[in-house]
Amino acid sequence: MIFWVSVGIGMLLLALALWTIVVKDTFAAVAAFIPYGLLLTLAWLILAAVDVALTEAAIGAGLTGALLINAASRLERAESSAKPRAPGIAMRVAAAMASLAVTVLIALCVLRLPDEAPMLAPEVGMHIGSLGVGNPITAVLLSFRALDTLLEAIVLLIGLIGVWSLASDSCWGGRPGQMQVVSSNDILVYLARVLPPVGVVVGIYILWVGADHPGGKFQGATVIAAMWLLTIMSGLRDAPMVSQRWLRAMLVAGPSMFIAAGVLGTLMADAFLAFPTGSEKLWIIVIEVALLPSLAVTLVLLLLGPPQRKDVQT
Amino acid sequence: MNATQFFGLTAAALVGLGLYGLIVNPQPLRKVLAFNLIGNGVFLTCAVIARRATGAGMPGDPVAHALLITAIVVSFAASSLAVWLMLRGLDESGASSLADDDSGDVSRNAEPGRCA
Repeated sequence: MIFWVSVGIGMLLLALALWTIVVKDTFAAVAAFIPYGLLLTLAWLILAAVDVALTEAAIGAGLTGALLINAASRLERAESSAKPRAPGIAMRVAAAMASLAVTVLIALCVLRLPDEAPMLAPEVGMHIGSLGVGNPITAVLLSFRALDTLLEAIVLLIGLIGVWSLASDSCWGGRPGQMQVVSSNDILVYLARVLPPVGVVVGIYILWVGADHPGGKFQGATVIAAMWLLTIMSGLRDAPMVSQRWLRAMLVAGPSMFIAAGVLGTLMADAFLAFPTGSEKLWIIVIEVALLPSLAVTLVLLLLGPPQRKDVQT
Repeated sequence: MNATQFFGLTAAALVGLGLYGLIVNPQPLRKVLAFNLIGNGVFLTCAVIARRATGAGMPGDPVAHALLITAIVVSFAASSLAVWLMLRGLDESGASSLADDDSGDVSRNAEPGRCA
């Protein structure tokens, strides 16, 4: 039964992927990317990667989809004026041959994986008992491989610096994104008033439950980021100016706390990012809670893009 | 063949489709989309390998799953940087294609980088 469900999901995935590649209209291609992401979420579930499924639904389908749709709608005007010429038939055939070769190579590798699968699950199972958290993925993200997670948080910040650096000089310090003009009777405004209280609670719950069950700070932060985006898109609150000190303090607070905890670990437990025996869970939760607002703000600002307008001076 | 192996083949096909789109489509946004397809194919391969590694009462290798979560978040940051880079390029040049078939009158923005 589950096999045929998987075949159906796989076929639909490939059909949507093919559609995003061959369809002429860019907006149609991007629109197919969102159901594609949600189907991929089902694939993660079948592959028993529930935490990854949550991340895919929130970030892979949700945030990436929103980012691409925004870009496609801004591109539409430019594309209608200048139709790009597609490469010739020889180029297409060569590209198809190369892609087919790569596909066959990967397929052969996947079908001939060794019977004795190499894995780290037993090691995680052996050491997770000492941490006090029940979700092995949280244990990996915040204890066994905490350095990866720290660097990831910093990569997001560097990505944001990259996006901000695309601002033109005259806009620097202004607000990102377009001014939103939405009628106050719009359904979007209604949703932006009703959903955020629920969404913020759900986001914090996902963070909290992540210690023992699927969930965690990335998924929780994305839900909270979506709520903030909703209030910005409905025009209820404008996006913050990127020059504001509180915004920048929030961006660096989480990673700074993480680094501080790591340095404290050197003093109290003899290694960078090692936690004192007996209180590991407390440390993990403190770091997760500190990262949550920083991640949410970073995700929102990555989606909104570089500063594009300044307040009109009176 | 079981569901896990089937998803392995799906992943291989996704990488192939993405690679083809990356080479053939001249518009930058389509290249970002295609690149995301390649990324998803690689992630799916990784999940297939993790699914086979069941042990210690876990349905898959948790280290691989943690890596996948990190990968999805980082790929969003990379896509975001690529998209904004492309939109800034569009603002500057008015062109939305990387193909070198300049039709002659690419309408240049009168005031590149103007600030509303």
